[in-house]
Amino acid sequence: MGSLNLTQLQQLWWLLVSVVGALFVFLTFVQGGQCLLFGVAKTESEKSLVINSLGKKWELTFTTLVLFGGALFAAFPLFYATSFGGAYWVWILILFTFILQAVSYEFRKKPNNLLGSKVYEVFLYINGSLGIILVGAAIGTFFTGSNFSLNDYNLVTWHSSTRGLEAAFNPFNLAFGLFLLFISRILGALYLNNNIDHSGLRERTRNAAFKNLLFSLPFLLYILFSLATMQGYAINPETGKVFLEEGKYLHNLLAMPIHGLGFLVVGLLLVIYGIVIAKFKDSIRGIWPVGLGVVLVVLAIMFIAGFNNTPFYPSSFDLQSSLSIANASSSHYTLTAMSYISISIPFILAYIIYVWSLLDARKLTEEDLTGEMSEDKY
Amino acid sequence: MGYADIAQVDWARAQFALTAMYHWIFVPLTLGLSFLIAFFETIYFKTGNEEWKKITKFWMTLFGINFAVGVATGIILEFQFGTNWSNYSWMVGDIFGAPLAAEGLFAFFLETTFFAVMFFGWNRVSKKFHLLSTWLVAIGSNLSALWILVANAWMQHPIGMHFNPDSARFEMQDFWQVLGSPVAISHFVHATSSGFLLASLFVVGISCWFLLKKRYLKMAQRSIAVAAVFGLISSLFVGLTGDESAFIAAQKQPMKLAAMEGLYRGANGADMIAMGIVNSDKKPGDQEDVFKAVIKVPGMLSILANRKIGSFVPGIDDLVYGNPEQGIISTDTKIARGKIAVAQLARYKGALKSGDENTATQALQAFRANEQYLGYGYFDKVEDVVPDVPLVFYNFHLMVTLGALFPLLFLVILFYLYRGKLLEKRWLLKFGFISLFLGYLAQQSGWIVAEVGRQPWAIQDLLPVSVASSNLTVGTVQTTFFMFLLVFTVLLLAEVGIMMKQIKIGPEGE
Ligand code: HDD
Ligand code: HEM
Ligand code: HEM
Repeated sequence: MGSLNLTQLQQLWWLLVSVVGALFVFLTFVQGGQCLLFGVAKTESEKSLVINSLGKKWELTFTTLVLFGGALFAAFPLFYATSFGGAYWVWILILFTFILQAVSYEFRKKPNNLLGSKVYEVFLYINGSLGIILVGAAIGTFFTGSNFSLNDYNLVTWHSSTRGLEAAFNPFNLAFGLFLLFISRILGALYLNNNIDHSGLRERTRNAAFKNLLFSLPFLLYILFSLATMQGYAINPETGKVFLEEGKYLHNLLAMPIHGLGFLVVGLLLVIYGIVIAKFKDSIRGIWPVGLGVVLVVLAIMFIAGFNNTPFYPSSFDLQSSLSIANASSSHYTLTAMSYISISIPFILAYIIYVWSLLDARKLTEEDLTGEMSEDKY
Repeated sequence: MGYADIAQVDWARAQFALTAMYHWIFVPLTLGLSFLIAFFETIYFKTGNEEWKKITKFWMTLFGINFAVGVATGIILEFQFGTNWSNYSWMVGDIFGAPLAAEGLFAFFLETTFFAVMFFGWNRVSKKFHLLSTWLVAIGSNLSALWILVANAWMQHPIGMHFNPDSARFEMQDFWQVLGSPVAISHFVHATSSGFLLASLFVVGISCWFLLKKRYLKMAQRSIAVAAVFGLISSLFVGLTGDESAFIAAQKQPMKLAAMEGLYRGANGADMIAMGIVNSDKKPGDQEDVFKAVIKVPGMLSILANRKIGSFVPGIDDLVYGNPEQGIISTDTKIARGKIAVAQLARYKGALKSGDENTATQALQAFRANEQYLGYGYFDKVEDVVPDVPLVFYNFHLMVTLGALFPLLFLVILFYLYRGKLLEKRWLLKFGFISLFLGYLAQQSGWIVAEVGRQPWAIQDLLPVSVASSNLTVGTVQTTFFMFLLVFTVLLLAEVGIMMKQIKIGPEGE
């Protein structure tokens, strides 16, 4: 690892950041589930089941988001500075929805909780819907670009008075946000389908997964069509200058037949496969192929945004201010040090998977939430 | 590099202070209560006595409520570096980002994963694995303290890096130096042990309340027996590590130490102030008295600050106006040299752009000769480098006074507990209950000393706060300030309401 050169380290770190991002999107099954709460749970006890099931996992998603932020800060500090300090309002609103989420599980059913349980459920809904749409819109700007410029000292000036909120009004970004919303709802439905042993809920979550797949399709087609045809941002590898290139993202897909086009197609097929077995074969294992599929799709999207001489955070205001993995990264020393730290990732994943296989060995049932040994925490 | 609008910087500072102080309401309890719960559960595991399980579960419920708000306030701090301090994030992200990422990886996942076992695992994993998980939550929380304090300590005493003029930022050169910084170690041990202390006060205080109300007598006394011992040990540790922190501040941040003690004129064999009322008219360089009333311990400050009797401790005036006898450069000189560094950096950049290599080399040389004062180049008046003395002074003395009080409290409580007379001493129980709030007060004071004491620097001697912030309008930062104020206050009120209710319900309610 000590022998990697700067370019290799930058690629390694874009890969790692992409993996964390992809795992985060998979884990937004929590947000998807929150968004479905009012739809799939008909009675108080069903609601309790859903919330207790999601409530065990929300911190995992949350912590992955925190890690995603930390990894970006450490590996690509210029992105961290430019995007968070520039597209201020998008990020602040996203964070806000996560603050609301963090207390809602714990507070919802506790007596004397000031706001009443209904409000905390609405908080969960806001996090599951608005939070996810805004995350999607922010990722959309990786392709549509933002209005900023950097000075000689790399300090950012943002040229839209809405400070980032403009991202949500661009049709492509909005479609991206809504697509992410439906994906998280599919994941949420299939997670609940797997995690809770309750026939009514199983029936409804299965249908919800299928319905949300249908809702997501027009957005998916629109995004794919746009990506294939839109002008993209490209870097001339000789001069380092950024220019606009017709069909840039299609070129990137084709330039990466396995980890670009391949991941995208296989990922989408896995998503459809998982939903089909859930809906038509009554399988409760749909979450696994869908989860893997989503991870592959997100990886493909991150790869075409960052690899192959592409600036991943383009500026539409001043092309030459665009950020790429080459100009936004930390130094060789820091990336190397961080790479040693990242060796721990497989071990951390291993204990997380081990612990959850223990805790989820037995599915959650209504009996678990009543009686002497009740697990009803939320 | 431009100066940010001063009012905007002040709002951003206020916002950081607000969110950090809210976060720090919840953090120290997490740090200490996690260990206390691990102790309770260990006793349960060893004895098999269901009473101890009840005790464990009762404190665990309160732990969970506190933890949720700790997490909610923490995420804002993490991203605030980007949103409000983006210049800072770029200029030091190469060094500062690494500990934050390591914190997420090593600490937060440990914390959250085993937190789930702690709460949901009672019927799903073995007793032994459950106990292990409780311990891992305690270790994980305190590991997170390590990483974040490494990051914070680096701002107080930046080492292990150099300035790269081409990227116009600081870059890391030695990870181990950053991690092993003496400031990091002393802040880590002081902040965690003060967390243990606070959690002990929390358990003792609530148990005293139960005893006052004559409820759950057995459970309350058992809780006190464990927590008061832990608190006594921790409070001694807090004193030791606090002394070490002050010693290190004297070496690395003499201005902070001078503010803590209200020391304007440096002296050999300087006096320590035991208590005092600061004269608010006092300005650096004038002849006014520092204190309106004061109790001193002669010569003591030299011993504490340098561990050497009669040694010289510099005061604010020495640091601002220089003291050639003691080899202290005046701030005027530093500002002048800082301005040279800033100008030469700009010249270097310009020369590179126009391809003038000769000028670039010269400019770079001139920059290097003055770069250690780079940050001073952004000041106009020498007095700009002085922090708010009364604020630092009072908070420091409040913290230390309380720090002397707490071990006595634990001692007296333990004494009467073992004599079986605790229940009769209602004054002591009341005092035990009140100390809970004093503990929170000392905690907040500690951070005010550490952070206000290093003003106006975001990074000591290198980056003033006025240059560190994002390019935002006053209105934007004001708006988010009030948004956070509102939301965090509502969450705090809800939390306190829920806590009080759960305490009233007591362990029976499990
Ligand atoms: C000495 C300890 C300490 C200090 C100085 C800080 N924190 Fe903290 N933080 C913790 C100790 C801690 C903790 C004990 O680990 C918390 C508190 C309650 C909790 O749930 O975990 C936590 C939670 C917490 C979380 C939520 C983590 C999760 O997903 O579970 C974040 C993102 C941060 N913190 C970030 C910060 C930042 C950016 C800080 C500095 C500016 C900071 N903390 C200061
Ligand atoms: C890694 C940890 C931390 C870092 C990097 C950090 C950094 C900062 C920064 C950038 C500011 C704003 C600049 C300024 O002071 O004006 C600040 C202010 C402040 N911080 Fe910290 N901080 C950290 C942890 C904390 C914590 C946990 C607290 C606990 C309560 C705290 C208390 C304060 C206070 C009270 C101020 C206001 C001082 C003032 O503006 O006068 N800090 N800190
Ligand atoms: C016995 C007396 C104590 C002494 C001599 C002492 C000393 C200090 C000093 C010198 C600092 C500033 C460190 C720096 O920024 O360089 C500090 C910070 C702090 N103190 Fe204390 N302290 C004492 C008691 C306490 C108590 C009782 C608490 C809380 C219960 C506490 C909590 C803190 C906290 C949270 C900080 C900020 C974190 C840090 O800088 O480590 N201290 N203390």
